[in-house]
Amino acid sequence: MTTTTVSESTPTGSVPPAKRGGVVGLLASIGGQNLSLAGGLVFLLVLFGSLNGNYLSWDNIQVIAEAVTISGLLAVVQTVVIICGGLDISVGSQAGLASVVSAMAFTSTGSNALLGMAAAIGVGVVIGGLNGLIIVYGRVNATIATLAGLAAYKGVAQLISNGSAQGYVLNDSIFIFLSRGKIAGLPVMVWLLIVVALAVHVMLKYTDIGRNIYAIGGNDTAARLAGININKYLIAVYGLLGVVAAVAGILLTARTGSGQPVSGSEGLELQSITAAALGGCALRGGKGGIGGTLLAVALLGALENGLTVQGINSFWQNVAQGALLVVAVVIQQRRSGERAVGLPA
Amino acid sequence: MTTKTTNAGAGVRELGKRFGEVRALGGVTLDFPAGQVTALMGENGAGKSTLLKILTGDHQPTEGSVLLDGAEVELHSPARARAVGIRIIPQEPEIIPHVSVAENVYAGALPRKAGRRLDRAELRRRIEADLDRLGFSRVLDPDLLGSELTPAQRQLVEILRALTGEAKVIAFDEPTSSLSEQEVEALFGLIRRLRDAGVAVIYVSHRMKEIFQLADRIAVLRDGTLAGVLDAAQASEGELVRLMVGRDLSAMFVRQNVATDQVVLDVQHLSTDDVTDISLTVRAGEVVGLAGLIGAGRSELALALAGDLPVRSGTVHLDGQELRSGHPGAVIRAGLGLAPEERKAQALFLQRTIRDNTSLVVLERLRRWRFVRRTAERELAQQYADRLRVRAPSIEHEVRKLSGGNQQKVVLARWLARKPKVLILDEPTRGIDVGAKAEIYQIIADLAKEGVALLVISSELPEVLGLADRVVVMQNGRITGELDRAEATEERILALAMADDLASGPDLAAAASDEGRTA
Repeated sequence: MTTTTVSESTPTGSVPPAKRGGVVGLLASIGGQNLSLAGGLVFLLVLFGSLNGNYLSWDNIQVIAEAVTISGLLAVVQTVVIICGGLDISVGSQAGLASVVSAMAFTSTGSNALLGMAAAIGVGVVIGGLNGLIIVYGRVNATIATLAGLAAYKGVAQLISNGSAQGYVLNDSIFIFLSRGKIAGLPVMVWLLIVVALAVHVMLKYTDIGRNIYAIGGNDTAARLAGININKYLIAVYGLLGVVAAVAGILLTARTGSGQPVSGSEGLELQSITAAALGGCALRGGKGGIGGTLLAVALLGALENGLTVQGINSFWQNVAQGALLVVAVVIQQRRSGERAVGLPA
Repeated sequence: MTTKTTNAGAGVRELGKRFGEVRALGGVTLDFPAGQVTALMGENGAGKSTLLKILTGDHQPTEGSVLLDGAEVELHSPARARAVGIRIIPQEPEIIPHVSVAENVYAGALPRKAGRRLDRAELRRRIEADLDRLGFSRVLDPDLLGSELTPAQRQLVEILRALTGEAKVIAFDEPTSSLSEQEVEALFGLIRRLRDAGVAVIYVSHRMKEIFQLADRIAVLRDGTLAGVLDAAQASEGELVRLMVGRDLSAMFVRQNVATDQVVLDVQHLSTDDVTDISLTVRAGEVVGLAGLIGAGRSELALALAGDLPVRSGTVHLDGQELRSGHPGAVIRAGLGLAPEERKAQALFLQRTIRDNTSLVVLERLRRWRFVRRTAERELAQQYADRLRVRAPSIEHEVRKLSGGNQQKVVLARWLARKPKVLILDEPTRGIDVGAKAEIYQIIADLAKEGVALLVISSELPEVLGLADRVVVMQNGRITGELDRAEATEERILALAMADDLASGPDLAAAASDEGRTA
């Protein structure tokens, strides 16, 4: 009996994990998935940079960064929802509705930008919370619930805006600051993405809230038996998504100058989910991180901008994005090494 | 009776199966002759399911062979086993809910006309012919949908499925657990007809009465080996029970009674959807064993106590405080922990590290504001990994890469770190090797010494006897008896666990031990 017990390997205490130094340690901490993403990003930058000299200019880099801000914000919160074992395909519609609400509230309050934004964020909280409530208490599959939301919230946005762009906000200094302002050489919008991403990263990585989110997505039964209030967490996570989607909607208003019910927000669900999946989120939950998602956002942005700079038909971008999403998930499934029988989970 | 080995029917020779380090079956040589009903008995985990799964091609044996009509067969897949004529009627019938009985029966081999169109007329003709042939035309309407069937009818659909094509061997896995008495009679009539038609019938059941009614021979498995084969006409219940039990692992148990008088867990008249009128107490430092067969409601009771299944009536007091909440979080805060039956499905986060898995229920003690104090967390996880001797390169190792025994230790580490007043352990040693088992027994003994009240659910009788100061036995969601350490024997526990099914009731226990003494 004693021989069988020692044969396996040493107890945890006796071998302290060796500190790997320098480059190897750094690479190991980044992880294989992120390394291949970074490799892909460098490849794209070199490829498009060699095809067009202006591609790698500081101006164009800023254009790319600004272009990915909105989808990047949504990808960050989509990551949280996916880690929690859910999915939200109504993010684009939520952003569109928030955009319309921010502009209309701005106009009707006599050009009060802060009230406009507050109204948009309030709508975000309500819609996000509603998604969560439907999923948790209506026991509706997250994909179906938010597919319904995708249609319904877009419809609401179109109804209240009569289907057209609303208001004009670029006569207000706050909206101008959001759309054109710079802090330390970087556009304000990019700073917003950095702040939100950092905050979410800290939450996921360093707080007990983050631990519980990973636990719920990893094994909801075990999480429940460990005393985690799953319902509360799910509703809060969808609520958080609603708030950030509203922020994205406000940025959309600031960028285009008016409230946009549909244009600019359509397709954001695909972009955010693709970024999360490419970034290493397991679509069944429990795995993923903000770093990978941001790298994927950058990669998608670089690709989109590169194709535009090269004058390639923009319809190809949809093809490329769809293909990337499938490839990312196929690679994930291969890696997870489960038995390939029955329907995919 | 094993001399005529080349007869028609199935057989296994020196059959063995290992799952990693655990031997589920070893050196079993047994015949299932055509035209006879062979009953297969044994405690939970004795190897019955493993044997059946090898016969149906779900598992591949690690040693030995399977014979069919005297010739060796290679059952590399369920489809292959089916093709050579081996069928199993599973305990839980697999029914497609929204199609008719006829389509359920012939699913996968539906009759068709040119252009792959379903041939409804032929389907109708076939199902009616089959129902007629088997004498079920009155009990089963072929047009009913799968979702409309009663449990008995579902079973019939499975039987009809099994009988399509040529069946040589049919195994029934506890078929009567959901059937009424009349339905059981009808089923037995069918089984007898199958037997008379020359089919080799394998019948797995815990129910003595049924086995004596039906079986020609009774094979008893114990710890994955064949304990004996009896002629049903001559066998007695006592003899069977004694064949099913009787191991000696007492050397593995290092227990002294450290129970105090202070009742920590006090359950009174608790009823849920699964259990009825449960009253039991566990005192500080006491180990109470909860014994019973699979399906007795023990795990459901544990989940209800942990706040995960709703309580219909009754009270639970923990350290004198009434526990009202139906939320696991509140129950954990009150001081009760549960290490559930299925550690991978219900307890572990396989993709996360040992550290993560250990600290999950103590995060609120480890956090400052909402930030987890990483150093404190590492120290805590390391401390319990060391104490429980979890074997892994480091606490940053993913739990899915650990062996079953070490995974179980991580689950225990989680609860030890929480320091609960009451700890419920559901099958704490299932599927782990002997060495790790002994270590877990030691951990349980240590916990008792520290004054934790322990409720240990186990289907392994020697384990229950070795660990428990007191044994509570359940059957069909009720407590059928309670035994002190001094009076508990495997025979008595088993007799209580099967109390409803034994003709002679609990008296059997006395009878069995008397016979044991005279033998």
